[in-house]
Amino acid sequence: MIGRLFDRAWLLSDSPQSRAQAAWGRRYRLWCDFRANKPALYGLATVIALLACAILAPLLATHDPVTQNLGQRLLPPSTQHWLGTDELGRDVYSRLLYGARVTLGMVLAVVVLVAPIGLAVGCVAGYYRGAADVILMRVTDVFLAFPRLILALAFVAAIQPGMTSAVIAIALTTWPPYARLARAETMTIRDADYIAAVRMTGASSGRIILRHIMPLCLGSLIVRVTLDMSAIIIFAASLGFLGMGAQPPSPEWGTMIATARRFLLDQWWVPLIPGIAILVASLAFNLLGDGLRDVLDPRQG
Amino acid sequence: MQRHSPARTLARLGATVSSLAITLFGLVLVTFFIGRVIPIDPVLTILGDHARPELVERMRIELGLDKPLPVQFWIYLTHLFRGDLGRSVMTSNLVVDDIKLYFPATVELGTTAMIFATLIGIPLGVLSAVRRNSRLDQFVRVFSIVGHSIPIPVLGLISLLVFYAWLGWAPGTGRVGVAYVGMTPTVTGFLTVDALIAGDADVFWDALSHLMLPAAVLAYFSMAYISRMTRAFMIDALAGEYVITARAKGLSPARVIWRHAFGNIAVRLATVLALTYAGLLEGAVVTEMIFSWPGIGQYLTVSLLNADMNAVIGATLLVGFVYMVLNLLADVAYRVLDPRV
Amino acid sequence: MLTRRTLLTLTAASPILASEVFRTSAVMAGTPKGVVVMAKQIDDLVSGFDPAEAYEITNLEVVPNLYRGLVSPDLADNTKVVGDLAESWTVSEDGTIFVFKLKTDARFASGKAVTAEDAAFSFQRAIKLDKQPAFILAQFGYTKGNVDDLIKATDDTTLVMKLPTAVAPSFLLFCLTAPIGGVVEKATALAHEVDGDMGNGWLKVHSAGAGGYQMVEWVASDHVTLDANPHSGKPDQPRRIFIRHVPDPSAQLLMLQKGDADIARNLTPDLLKKARADKDLTVVSSGQAVSVYVTMNQSMPELQKTQVHQAIKWAIDYDGIAMNITPNMYSVAQGFLPPGLPGGMTDRLFKKDVAKAKQLLAEAGFANGFEVTMDVPSSAPYADIGQAVQADLADIGIKVTLVSGEMRQVMTKSRKRGHQLALLPWGTDYFDPYSNSQAFCENPDDSDDGKLRLMAWRSHYVDKELNDMSLAASKERDNTKRMAMYREMQLKFAERAPFAMLLQKIASAVMGKGVSGFVIGPQTGFTQYADIRKA
Repeated sequence: MIGRLFDRAWLLSDSPQSRAQAAWGRRYRLWCDFRANKPALYGLATVIALLACAILAPLLATHDPVTQNLGQRLLPPSTQHWLGTDELGRDVYSRLLYGARVTLGMVLAVVVLVAPIGLAVGCVAGYYRGAADVILMRVTDVFLAFPRLILALAFVAAIQPGMTSAVIAIALTTWPPYARLARAETMTIRDADYIAAVRMTGASSGRIILRHIMPLCLGSLIVRVTLDMSAIIIFAASLGFLGMGAQPPSPEWGTMIATARRFLLDQWWVPLIPGIAILVASLAFNLLGDGLRDVLDPRQG
Repeated sequence: MQRHSPARTLARLGATVSSLAITLFGLVLVTFFIGRVIPIDPVLTILGDHARPELVERMRIELGLDKPLPVQFWIYLTHLFRGDLGRSVMTSNLVVDDIKLYFPATVELGTTAMIFATLIGIPLGVLSAVRRNSRLDQFVRVFSIVGHSIPIPVLGLISLLVFYAWLGWAPGTGRVGVAYVGMTPTVTGFLTVDALIAGDADVFWDALSHLMLPAAVLAYFSMAYISRMTRAFMIDALAGEYVITARAKGLSPARVIWRHAFGNIAVRLATVLALTYAGLLEGAVVTEMIFSWPGIGQYLTVSLLNADMNAVIGATLLVGFVYMVLNLLADVAYRVLDPRV
Repeated sequence: MLTRRTLLTLTAASPILASEVFRTSAVMAGTPKGVVVMAKQIDDLVSGFDPAEAYEITNLEVVPNLYRGLVSPDLADNTKVVGDLAESWTVSEDGTIFVFKLKTDARFASGKAVTAEDAAFSFQRAIKLDKQPAFILAQFGYTKGNVDDLIKATDDTTLVMKLPTAVAPSFLLFCLTAPIGGVVEKATALAHEVDGDMGNGWLKVHSAGAGGYQMVEWVASDHVTLDANPHSGKPDQPRRIFIRHVPDPSAQLLMLQKGDADIARNLTPDLLKKARADKDLTVVSSGQAVSVYVTMNQSMPELQKTQVHQAIKWAIDYDGIAMNITPNMYSVAQGFLPPGLPGGMTDRLFKKDVAKAKQLLAEAGFANGFEVTMDVPSSAPYADIGQAVQADLADIGIKVTLVSGEMRQVMTKSRKRGHQLALLPWGTDYFDPYSNSQAFCENPDDSDDGKLRLMAWRSHYVDKELNDMSLAASKERDNTKRMAMYREMQLKFAERAPFAMLLQKIASAVMGKGVSGFVIGPQTGFTQYADIRKA
């Protein structure tokens, strides 16, 4: 079976012999589409590289990320410190690597929490309309209407500070726009002819939502998710000031920028380096997201 | 819309208003209780860190903090119904007056940014979709993601450094130059509008020039979402049957793109725009701080960190209300723009 | 250029008219002539500018520019006060009656002469309103019931203050230099009285004083406008002070360099370094009566032994922190009275000595150290200082987990005695050593209902000897002896108290091109805007 996955002819067979063959064939075609999209490939490569950096941080780092040396503050990049040192004389390169663990982990956790919830709420509300719509959207509105910082502060009161509470707090303030968006998508799709056709075959509402509506909403969802990644990193940094999120001295990209921002006029590289890291990660996820959207969207011929 | 009888329209209006009221009530409820459980003592702001215990106790009673939570909530609600949001501890003003002062500043900035972001974001998105995977498309995508990924404090400071300090194109921070502060009587609270009402061209231009840089920074940040969503929607729409049909009929490309494809994505785009605009009206705290912009974002944050709860609840209600109205408008837009719904 | 309009503004200072004048000068680059624009973070402004109520840093700086007191601190010798509105004063033999003779030439902004009756009214008013700073006067035994009898004007220029109990004369005089000692014009305050508030509501955003300036407008988190008091007797003073809220320090420096601000107040150490290198700019600075300390809660068993207190004090790298993290912003100060304050101590008692600290820790029975949490405000520079202290304590085996939070969050927690270790700032309430000695040494009732709940109480620190010494020093009538007592207390305090005093705040201001005369002193009251000159 495994061997067959590398057999192009088997995968691309016009008349698959089994369900598995058909499924793998479909996946392979998606991969072929994806491969043709250069920017998406770059994105994928960068994401993999970033994850590798995060996992291999202890091997790649040249210094301990929390060891201070007050005599060597804010040094420019050199052979000793490849990306210079921060305001407490810590090696920025090593902090960046360890920070990738914390930062990417947090972002992924938020996305995994937020996307399905938003999608489900939005699709159900948009499909059923009526009472379900009113109730779900009112709840969404209440959350959406809150200034994010207020919700976050409530969390400080309720939960022990730490990464988990930060992830939950961010998720809590991030899901409503997804629901809104998914609802708007659903409302334009639900009356389409092919949905009516599916309905006529006797498919249940649940099945229609799951198999026919959600996949169509996925495209814009992926775009929003990948776009939100940098926003999540930056919001996490502002939570840091309220005592949530990564506690010092543990490195985290957003906090690195937030604390180093005051050196922008003179030691500009100190805030710039984590900034570039966020930018690269964000760009990679966005390109990857675009590529995924393109191949996953069933509306594309 | 002839299909709807007046009675149905009325019923729909009633439902809308009541659902708005329910959401607002939920908002008041949650904000109020958050305000009472946050780990910052409101008395600390009023009396400072060194106050004597008996004074603290007296202030507690004065603020009604000694009463059970439901009673406190009831008192707040009854005041609210009379349109009384209470007095802010920080500014010593009525919260209503504070909002009249700070919210227009945010609206002025947010609206300008929104106009920039829409005018640039939508065409870029459409262009990107039409010439998909071209160099232009790549450039637009990277350009907008960069704007979205640079933290606003960094982007704001760099823009001040370049356009204010180096090039001298932009005036300094604040809503208006020092020489013009308090020159025009406040009518709407929007400085540019007030200046026009007063017929004062100097103030108008000065206020307008102060508006440009922070609005551009915010717009650059918001534009990414608009342009990328437009691109994604357009790509779908351009692959749709009606567009293919329209093309087959030999309509001009511009007509196909703008009338058929774009017309079709307008519904979903309305939600995107409403969300973006609402986000801007929440007050961009960091931008406001960097550009010394006295907006609702700063007001809310400073009040929150000082546990000035009347101000926090008042501002939250306002922001929430605006959010809901915008969402409502987006919903109305569905009906108007999309005959199928 | 003296136009009719300029004259008009100088006399009848209506904001609209005044701005009419600025318009002509606005065409030119930089700030308008005669107007000083100060870029400052002013979102700490709370509840306005009534001298009986003002209590935050910015309010306290502005109020002494609106009101004059009987006496003011002597810039040249911080153990003395000099007369301001008062020509002279005498103290009775037993130290319970103070008689102030007022100068006759002082004028309120309204043009009326300042009388002893205004002064008596102001003090009575402060006690009766009983706002935040009222305790500065109330601690001498004044109450709503007795203040009308004890503080009286016997004629236009004579004010008699009787005290229920004798205190050190310098103690009362230093307290009168606080903004709450500012003299309010009685007639104006009462003219704006609402519901018996003695004009408190009105005076939050207006003024009725004899200071160099009068209040024109305050828009919270935006700006404060002050116009010259035409009767201040200082014809050369800038005619308007415009304090603009500029929260971002980098933006402050940019405005200064571009000439859009004349004075910047909140530059960070790294920006100050840049400002010093710019020859157009002038940096002035002064130590402040604000201390940064680490407190050790005595409810935690590991933190109770004196050797542990000592070990922590010997573990911290004071100079490393002051020189690297907070240069030009905080300097090392190890007494509870920072230099600049009367009785301030400049001695260096501790420095980083890991071996010694480890040995002390071993003596206390913690050879392997212990784990503890430290609450730290998340703002700069506390977050950085906290991490440095964390690293220092790790060197001697104490494993510190930082709990960072917003400043008021951390304060709220420590006021409820919920911390283990906490890193916090403390600003002196008034320019007298008693403010700090009371806060750090006195804890007469450690129960949860204790009446005095300052730093000693918050960390369950009970020290009978220091408590009594603090009380005795506040009554010592010989000033030299009094100052010696504070020195002795501080040495004992350093020896055994569960407080590691780390740093003293240095306030700096940067003046732009052509600006001079801005002064910063150890207490906000030293800063007189009327002395600013602009070329």
